[in-house]
Amino acid sequence: MSHFRVDIRQRAEEVLGLYPRARSAMLPLLHLAQEQDGYLSDEGIAEVAELTSTTPADVRGTASFYEMFHLEPVGKYVVGVCTNIACLLAGGEEMLEHASAFLGCAVGGTSDDGMFTLEESECLADCDVAPCVQVNHRYVRTTTPDAFDALVGDLRAGRLDHDVPAHGTLIRVHRSGGLRAPRAEVASQRADAQSAREARANEESK
Amino acid sequence: MATLTAPLIVSSRAEFADSYTLSRYLATGGYVALRTALTMFPEDVASEVDQASLLGRGGAGFPAGRKWSMLRKAPLSYLVVNGDESEPATFKDHYLVERDPHQLIEGVIIAAYALQVTQVFVFLRGEFALGLERVQQAVNDAYEHGALGSKIFGSNFSIDVVVHPGAGAYICGEETALIEALEGKRGFPRIKPPFFPAVTGLYGEPTVVNNVETMSNLPWIINNGGAAFAALGGGRSTGTRLFALAGRVKNPGVYEVEMVKNTFRDLIYDPQFGGGVIDDGAIKAIIPGGVSAPWFGPELLDLPLGQDEVAEKGSMLGSGSIVVMDETTCVVRAAWRITKFFSRESCGQCTPCREGSGWIERAMYRLEHGEGRMEDLDLLLDLCDNIAPGLTWPPQMTTICVLGPSIPSSVHSAISMFRDDFIAHIKLGRCPHD
Repeated sequence: MSHFRVDIRQRAEEVLGLYPRARSAMLPLLHLAQEQDGYLSDEGIAEVAELTSTTPADVRGTASFYEMFHLEPVGKYVVGVCTNIACLLAGGEEMLEHASAFLGCAVGGTSDDGMFTLEESECLADCDVAPCVQVNHRYVRTTTPDAFDALVGDLRAGRLDHDVPAHGTLIRVHRSGGLRAPRAEVASQRADAQSAREARANEESK
Repeated sequence: MATLTAPLIVSSRAEFADSYTLSRYLATGGYVALRTALTMFPEDVASEVDQASLLGRGGAGFPAGRKWSMLRKAPLSYLVVNGDESEPATFKDHYLVERDPHQLIEGVIIAAYALQVTQVFVFLRGEFALGLERVQQAVNDAYEHGALGSKIFGSNFSIDVVVHPGAGAYICGEETALIEALEGKRGFPRIKPPFFPAVTGLYGEPTVVNNVETMSNLPWIINNGGAAFAALGGGRSTGTRLFALAGRVKNPGVYEVEMVKNTFRDLIYDPQFGGGVIDDGAIKAIIPGGVSAPWFGPELLDLPLGQDEVAEKGSMLGSGSIVVMDETTCVVRAAWRITKFFSRESCGQCTPCREGSGWIERAMYRLEHGEGRMEDLDLLLDLCDNIAPGLTWPPQMTTICVLGPSIPSSVHSAISMFRDDFIAHIKLGRCPHD
């Protein structure tokens, strides 16, 4: 019995088809597991293990290496405030402090209503709009405390549901179709390229 | 004043609101270069890139053509695109994947054709949610358009491109760690030798790993010729480059400028670019190429933006990120925060990096928060010297990858350039900027 919903399971199987080895699909599949549950549940991890022919311990050991994977439940919105060098120079630490006070949760914690989890981020590569804030890995570009408060209000009221999907949903544009360069074709293409090279080498040596 | 005569090679479409769409791409000359390339011998495509002398734009600056020549004769091989941009204050690949994903994909297909590689993985940083969506859409559109898939554009060449999301780990920008992540494992860098990707890469097969910006240059190079690219810039630094300017400047942003013809001062002060320091303050120091790079003082602002020019002064142009620090900046805090980053991102395989980053971070924290002692300065330099003996740049290696030996750069720079600032923290018993 699959833990994944029918649509998630189908996408997972499509993802598996894109890689020469099943284990390569590990990170994309973990993102899918997180999309379904909002975090990596035991059931989600077990299903990824089954799909990649590994063990739950192996999957967990891999997932825990990566910042974006949450092994415990988190809020609907994971707010990341960057305090790395460019943001530090633009008040990133103050923004993080403000966010903590306004959301009423410690850094790394979740607000009482379960809506928001706050994180201190490393550089998010948007340093010209500093300090940088991401919500569920969408750039929200709020650089002042007032703008941050307004953003939280909009998120709570559901006014940004279209722009910022619930935590776990990372990529909303899905690949259309599987691999299309058939192996036989690739082999003949290599042979053709080789004979073209040889023909030219002959030409040049004449 | 900045020299602005060079064409925009990778950022020409950015002014359009719909720069990321296939229709805009086709209306502005998109996929013409690929059609041209497909009429050429693959090795002739590669020699155009050789002629361009295109240096890799990821950070190490290795010539792309030479990287390719290692792969060209291999029987089965992969091309992997490194879009895991995570070096602090670097945001030019973010700009390219969101604003011009088709340019990237066209470059990728050209490279794959030159190398006769039929499967490409585009590894993008997981935090680039929008970038991942834009590149996936571009890939979907390219299949639809006939630029990807079986026998593209009626040629005999077939190719698949797979967009692969990362999941948040700075170390995966290191190419062998990236390959590990792509194999579904923790991002642990591999020991080189034997694991040079061009010899033993993805699944043990020969693999080329190229940066997003490097790939994005290829359509222009095919359209205009490698010689035209090599005519721009100077010395080994040919063409233009995207520079990500951040920190205490009026107009931070991503700017494409001709290499060598412009200086740090041009980029920071020209009204077309940085527009000067915030509140017209004085520059205290700059970080010339990502936080792994040793810092420069204001006396080096007239140095040209060229790879060798910066290397000669003991630092690197690295990832193309420039951070400006002014008189309002606490350099102790800046160096502490950079070390905290490295400590957090160390993968933990090598002792000097895993333990050293934590020790330095704690000593720096103590200094910044007024609990430092005079002997901490020598202790810090000793710790730095243990990770990168001699404290030279490029560093002596004591670890599998270059993350470890990059840790000392900021702390060593800060102590040697601004020792008085450290002493002030110790004497006051607090940060003077608080």
